[in-house]
Amino acid sequence: MEREQIEMDVVIVGAGPAGLAAAIRLRQLAQDQGRDDLSVCVLEKGPEVGAHILSGAVIDPRSLDELIPDWRDLKAPLKTPAVDDHFLLLREHGSLRLPTPASLRNEGHYVGSLGNLCRWLGEQAEALGVDIYPGFAAAEVLYDEQGAVRGVATADTGLQPDGTPGPQHEPGVEIVAGRTLLAEGCRGSLSQQVIAAYELDQDADPQTYGIGIKEVWEVDESVHRPGTVVHTVGWPLDARTYGGGFLYHFDERRVSVGFVVGLDYANPNLSPYQEMQRFKTHPEIRRHLEGGRRLSYGARALVEGGVQSCPKLEFPGGMLVGDAAGLLNVARIKGTHTAMKSGMLAAEAVFEHWANASEPAAATGVDRALADSWVWSELRRARNIRPAFARWGLWGGLAYAAADTYLFGGRAPWTFSQHADHEQLQRQSEASPIEYPAPDGELTFPLLSSVHLSNTNHDEHQPCHLRLRDPDVPIQVNLAEFGAPETRYCPAGVYEIVDGDQGPRLQINAANCVHCKTCDIKDPTQNIQWQVPQGGEGPIYSGM
Amino acid sequence: MKVLVGVKRVIDYNVNIRVKSDGSGVETENVRMSANPFDEIALEEAVRLKEAGICSELLAVTVGDEASQEVLRSALAMGADRAIRIDVTESPQPLNVAALLAAVAREEAVDLVLLGKQAIDDDANQAGQMTAALLGWPQGTFASELTIAEGRARVAREIDGGQQTVELDLPAVVTADLRLNEPRFVKLPAMMKAKKRPIEERTPEALGVDMRPRVERVKVSEPVPREAGVKVADVDELLDKLRNEAGVI
Repeated sequence: MEREQIEMDVVIVGAGPAGLAAAIRLRQLAQDQGRDDLSVCVLEKGPEVGAHILSGAVIDPRSLDELIPDWRDLKAPLKTPAVDDHFLLLREHGSLRLPTPASLRNEGHYVGSLGNLCRWLGEQAEALGVDIYPGFAAAEVLYDEQGAVRGVATADTGLQPDGTPGPQHEPGVEIVAGRTLLAEGCRGSLSQQVIAAYELDQDADPQTYGIGIKEVWEVDESVHRPGTVVHTVGWPLDARTYGGGFLYHFDERRVSVGFVVGLDYANPNLSPYQEMQRFKTHPEIRRHLEGGRRLSYGARALVEGGVQSCPKLEFPGGMLVGDAAGLLNVARIKGTHTAMKSGMLAAEAVFEHWANASEPAAATGVDRALADSWVWSELRRARNIRPAFARWGLWGGLAYAAADTYLFGGRAPWTFSQHADHEQLQRQSEASPIEYPAPDGELTFPLLSSVHLSNTNHDEHQPCHLRLRDPDVPIQVNLAEFGAPETRYCPAGVYEIVDGDQGPRLQINAANCVHCKTCDIKDPTQNIQWQVPQGGEGPIYSGM
Repeated sequence: MKVLVGVKRVIDYNVNIRVKSDGSGVETENVRMSANPFDEIALEEAVRLKEAGICSELLAVTVGDEASQEVLRSALAMGADRAIRIDVTESPQPLNVAALLAAVAREEAVDLVLLGKQAIDDDANQAGQMTAALLGWPQGTFASELTIAEGRARVAREIDGGQQTVELDLPAVVTADLRLNEPRFVKLPAMMKAKKRPIEERTPEALGVDMRPRVERVKVSEPVPREAGVKVADVDELLDKLRNEAGVI
């Protein structure tokens, strides 16, 4: 069936902080310079803006100050200043308060929900004339005859599991645009295709990732300390595994609690979900949550590679922005400010080009603009911290981080390289087993009751959006050699080994998926490809 | 023939409902909202009547605050010709809604009011019946099949123990059950056009409707959590527990 075509000046894929900042900046420039004819549309695969956003979050408002200086008067939902930083080394019994590293000091920052901030940014964008379409997933990159990107196509709806059109079938729509901005966040499915097609990462190290699992609790008034920020390292992870916990108090008796595990972990028996549950039982964490109730749950992969792993942003016809380009500052555990700034820089480069009506696919020089911005110098200073932990574990990493920051000021004359996460798994025969405690139903919970709180949903009568490149690999390689690690790293119980007539087989419960992208990253032979399901599905996070 | 469809904005059916800790109501701030699924079925049925050439004008109506406009945008994208929002800020009770819908139905001289059988937020299942009563029109509730011919509506109703078919003289009120149809997906180009279309506004005062609540809500609480089950060793133990612990036999 023929697809309908819609023409736009700029199409942006993803209504997160990078995509919305780009959209806002584009329309601000258009209005300021009397070029109101600039059309900007944002496609968002979630059912509404913010539904697929998950972040800590302690937010540095630097970019927001630049983008919307009067955000406080416009009632942006950043109401709780960070007032009290704690950096704890946890041991199985006890803990030690360490001096807070400079990168984790949060004076002037705000504790809040990035999902709510994005909802608000979406309102600001719409007021400026941006068209945002939640519930429509960009599923395909469109190329012109010269090989430049000419837009994206949305997913078909109403396909049957075998891929043939069902009675409700509606073909996707082609959004043809002068520029296509991919703002899909970490490990975007279209971004991955474009990075490969144009070899944007040929001069970069492999990207390295983490998985963050988060819950929001409503706590008792007596323990609620708005603005308190706690970061932890150490227990329950061993010293070779990178990761740590966070706990933030914000408004309305809400506490965000979460745990991040570097996806370069080696032991296939490790379950990030179970580490997160165990983390909450430490007395230093438990005391904040006891007597409270858990409101929501979710998970999302994040980029940790820094400047070494950043691909080129620009490709013919468009660019990557935000975490799709890997711009998170892992030493500061922050990416909202860099994502927004990259979106703004992209907008400025695109607008100038559009206003001068130059060759549609000509380079805008956005990579240069990024390299000259504070984003790049900030990320450069932090570049050796994460790989130092990969080389020397927790103790060496902490020691190196202190030396790099205080002796060299982030200007050490060397750069450590990053490695690919999926190549780091041990064979299960070499790995030590890990025993996780049973959930208590008050502080710790079974996986499926957690997934329920993500509000995730997918129509089961559609093609599976988790594609296996080779259907035999899950059993012959993943199960035989690694003990089916996907059954443990998936924070939503999507992957299960079940006994079939011909022996064990992999069952994919795609309806549970929370769109975290971990399987696309960590599968040892890169056999799992995460694709977008039909639009409007996946988790429905509120206040995450 | 002119058809009025009522659409209510409710908490999305995929979202876990959370009762506010003070028991005053259900948490709706920053919670995903969408059109009541039964109303979408009613709307789909009306769009099909339009496509069949039976309905000449399709009017979508909602009762709610400004945020409720989004369900009307979707209704326009699905095929409604006009959209009316009756501006109400407090969550209205079924009798108020029925009075508002009846007033618009009279004002617009519609031939058929098509509603969802109930809204999934309060599950009251009253607005359709009350609208019919206030208008003095016949009603066909829980419709799983609707045929319009020669000024009459033939409605197959889902009832206990089977199906009942009724014939109504138009104008009439029909409420949709789950099996009436499967609503279509909204298309992006239609959504883009719907964003630019006007949404008419009415107020309860202008419609002459008294919005005072007739029912007082005392308290909202969560269902008692289900207690964990136990495994019994044999039939005797089961009988013993049923008799002595549960007291049901």
